[in-house]
Amino acid sequence: MEIYVNILKAPRNHVVELAKMAAVRSVFRVRSLLQQGFYGFYRNSASFAVRNVSIGSKISISPGQKRQMSSQTLDLEEDKPQFPGSRSEFTKKLEFITPDVYNGIPVYRVLDRQGKIIEADQDPKLSKEAVYDMYHKMTLLNTMDRILYESQRQGRISFYMTNYGEEATHMGSAAALNPGDVVFGQYREAGVLMYRGFTLDQFMNQCYGNAEDAGRGRQMPVHYGSKELNFVTISSPLGTQMPQASGAAYALKRSGKRLCVICYFGDGAASEGDAHAAFNFAATLECPIIFFCRNNGYAISTPTSEQYRGDGIAARGPSYGMATLRVDGNDAFAVYNAVKAARELAVNENRPVLIEAMTYRIGHHSTSDDSTAYRSVDEVNYWDKQDHPIGRLRHYMVNQGWWDMEKEKAWMKQARNEVMQAFQRAEKKKKPPPSELFYDTYREMLPHLQQQREQMRKHVAQYPENYPLENFEKDRD
Amino acid sequence: MAVCGALVRSGRLSRPISGRNSAFIDSRFAVVKRLASALSYVPETAPSDFGETTKMNLFQSINSAMDVALANDPTAVIFGEDVAFGGVFRCTIGLADKYGKDRVFNTPLCEQGIAGFGIGMAVMGATAIAEIQFADYIFPAFDQIVNEAAKYRYRSGNLFDCGRLTMRAPCGAVGHGALYHSQSPEAFFAHVPGIKVVIPRGPIQAKGLLLACIKDDNPCIFLEPKILYRAAVEHVPVGDFSLPLSSAEVVVEGKDVTMVAWGTQVQVLREVCNMAQEKLGVSCELIDLRTIMPWDSETVIKSVNKTGRLLVAHEAPLTGGFAAEVASTVQSECFLHLEAPVERVCGYDTPFPHIFEPFYMPDKWRCFEAVKKLINY
Repeated sequence: MEIYVNILKAPRNHVVELAKMAAVRSVFRVRSLLQQGFYGFYRNSASFAVRNVSIGSKISISPGQKRQMSSQTLDLEEDKPQFPGSRSEFTKKLEFITPDVYNGIPVYRVLDRQGKIIEADQDPKLSKEAVYDMYHKMTLLNTMDRILYESQRQGRISFYMTNYGEEATHMGSAAALNPGDVVFGQYREAGVLMYRGFTLDQFMNQCYGNAEDAGRGRQMPVHYGSKELNFVTISSPLGTQMPQASGAAYALKRSGKRLCVICYFGDGAASEGDAHAAFNFAATLECPIIFFCRNNGYAISTPTSEQYRGDGIAARGPSYGMATLRVDGNDAFAVYNAVKAARELAVNENRPVLIEAMTYRIGHHSTSDDSTAYRSVDEVNYWDKQDHPIGRLRHYMVNQGWWDMEKEKAWMKQARNEVMQAFQRAEKKKKPPPSELFYDTYREMLPHLQQQREQMRKHVAQYPENYPLENFEKDRD
Repeated sequence: MAVCGALVRSGRLSRPISGRNSAFIDSRFAVVKRLASALSYVPETAPSDFGETTKMNLFQSINSAMDVALANDPTAVIFGEDVAFGGVFRCTIGLADKYGKDRVFNTPLCEQGIAGFGIGMAVMGATAIAEIQFADYIFPAFDQIVNEAAKYRYRSGNLFDCGRLTMRAPCGAVGHGALYHSQSPEAFFAHVPGIKVVIPRGPIQAKGLLLACIKDDNPCIFLEPKILYRAAVEHVPVGDFSLPLSSAEVVVEGKDVTMVAWGTQVQVLREVCNMAQEKLGVSCELIDLRTIMPWDSETVIKSVNKTGRLLVAHEAPLTGGFAAEVASTVQSECFLHLEAPVERVCGYDTPFPHIFEPFYMPDKWRCFEAVKKLINY
C-alpha cells in the first residue's frame, strides 16, 4: 500500500496534480480490495455532477436531458475549472508532474521465495487437489515445452515458443476464472489452455499442422484455439487481440451471462496502439474484462528499459480509469487471488481491471531467437534456479507435507512419457488435404475460389513429382 | 486522428457540433446542392415486391437499413465516432433514442479500436455495425481489417469468425474534400481475401446492399459515396429487403461499348451513355459492379464479349486501382472478342487535390473522350 500512503502524505497540490495526471478523482475509493493492493477510483462525471448539486447557482441538466446531451454541469459560483475535459482544481504554482512523484506501484505476493505464506489472511486456502492440479499442469507444460523445443531443433516441427518461467501466470490466472470466461491470448499462454483441458494430443496436432489440427494446418505452431474451451485462436500480430477482447467483453455484458473476458498480452505488445485502444474502449464503454499483462522483461531482445520509461504497465491503468494491480507473476497464489478479485470487479461492476504480472522469460523468445546475444547467462540462471514459479509452488507443497522427491521423480517420468506418446501419435498423422488451402476464406466457397482450387488440382495432377503429396490426405471431393 | 477531429469540426464538409444547429445544416445543404449540380442523379424505381416505399435520400436509406437491422436483431449494435447524436452525416440520427445508448454509442476517437472492438463483438456472435467517420481515416484500422477480420475464420479452421461485422465508411469526392475527405480506398481492401467490399450507387441500392452486408456471414466493408448522401433521392422500400452481393447489375443496356463503374461514377457514366448516344450514335452498356470483392466477373465478361470494348472508370488513382483487375481479367477472358484495348479513366496518380479536383476527376468529358477512342481504334 505504499503508493496509497505516499499519496496521502504528499502535499495537497501534489495529490491534485497526480490525480489530474492520472485522470482520476483525488478521492480514492477505499474498498476491501485495497487490502490486496487494488486502486479504485471514482471515475465518472455523473458523481461529479451530483456532488455539486447543492452549491450555489448553476446550470444543471436533468438526467433525462443528459442522456441526449453533454453530461457536464457548470458550477459558476465556485472558482473551479469548468473545462469539460478535466475534474480537478486550479493551482497557483507552476510545477511539472515528474515521474518520481511517487514510488513504484508495489508487487503483491502471497508466497515468499521459499514457498511460505507471508500473511495468513492472504492464503487462498486451495485444496490439496487444486494445488496438485496446478502443479501437475505447470510441470507438464514445462515438459511439453522441452520436448517440442527439441523437436524443432531436430527439424521435426517448424517453430516453437516455450513458456519457461511464466507457468504461474498461466495456471494461477486460469484457476481463478470461470470456464465460460473468454480468453483472448497473445501466444505464450499455452498453460491457460492446458489448465482448461486442451489435451497433449491437441497441442501436438496443432504444432504438426496435421489432419487432426482444428486449425487445419494453416498457422504456425503454438497458434492454438478451442471453441469449447472459450480460447480464441491465437494470431501472430501483437496487440491485435486487445481491442477485440474489449468488444467481446461488451458483447458478454449485453448478453447478461455474468461472464468476463481475460486478455493476455506482454510488456512489448503494450506499446502497440491497439493496447491503448483496448484500455480506453474498455474503460469508457464499461466492459467486464481483465487485462493481464505478462511483464517478462523482454520483447524478443528489447528490455523493458527500452520499451517504456514509466512505472511499467500498471502505472497506465489509473490514467485510463481502470482498477489496477501489480502482482508477483512467479507466485501462483498471488496471481490466483489477483485474478479472482479482478473477476469479481469486472463481472459485478462491469469495469475493466488491469493486472501486471511481473515475471521473467527464462527461455529464448522463440526457436528463431538466441537470447545469449543480448542477456547474460547469470541473469537467466538467477530466475531459473532462485526464483522459479514451479520451484516456489513445489516448496509450498513440500512444506505442507503433500510432496516429496519420490513423488516428483515418478510424476516427471510419467509426464515425459505422456508427452512423448502424444508427440509420436501426432508425428505419424498426415496433413489435411491440399484443397484445405481454399476453405474457410469465406463462410461459403465462392466461385473464384472454386475456380482457383480446380486450377491448383489440375496443375498438381500434372506435376505430382514436384509436390509433397505423400504427406497429405487425399482431397475430400 | 486528431487532425480528423479538427477537420470534421471546423471544415466545410461537416461541422456539426449540435444536431440542433439548423444554420449549419442549411449551409451544408447549399454546399451539396451546388456540388450536386455537376452531378445529375437519376432516381431509380424499386421492384414492387419490395413493398411500400417512401422518399429518402441516401443517408436516410442507410439510416432506414440500420433501423431495420436493430429492430430485427437484438444483438445488433452501432458504434463509432459521434454516432450517438446521429453522426456527422446524420446516418444514425434517431437510432440512439429509439434503441438505447447501449446499442448505438460513441467510441473514443480511435479507428483501430473501432475495428478491433467490432471484431471482438462479432466473434461473440453479436451483429456489429461500425462506422468509420471517413474512409480516409480507415487506415489506422488497416491491420485489424487485413490481419484480423479477414483471416479470423481461416486461421481458426472455422472455430471462430467475425462474419457479423460490417464496417461503414463514407468515401469519394464531394468537390472540396481535398486529400483527406475524398479518397476511395476500395482497391486496398480488394486485395484482402476474407472480406467483402461493397459500394452502392444510390439510396435503394444502399439500403438493400447494406442489409445484405449486415446479414452476410463474412466481414464486410461498406463504402458510401458521401456526395450522394443528400444529392441522391428516390423512393426506397421502408421494410426489410436485401440485394445480392457479388452480383453486378446492368444499369443501361447497350451494344457498342461496355462501361464498368461503382458508386458515384455510375451516375457519371450514365450521363456519358446519353452523350455517346446523342453525339456519336454509340450505344453503351453500363454495369454497376456493386461488390468490388469478390466481384462478378461473369456479368462483365458476358457484356464485353458482346460489345468488344471496355471502359472502366473510378475516382481512385489509376495505378493499382481496381480497374486494373477488371482490365486484366477481361483481356484474359475476352481476348478474341476485343475490338480495342481496354480503357481506364481514373484519378491521376497523385494525392487527391483540393482546388485541382475538377481536373483530377474522371468526369464525363474524360470518359466521353475514352469512348471516342474505343470506337475509333
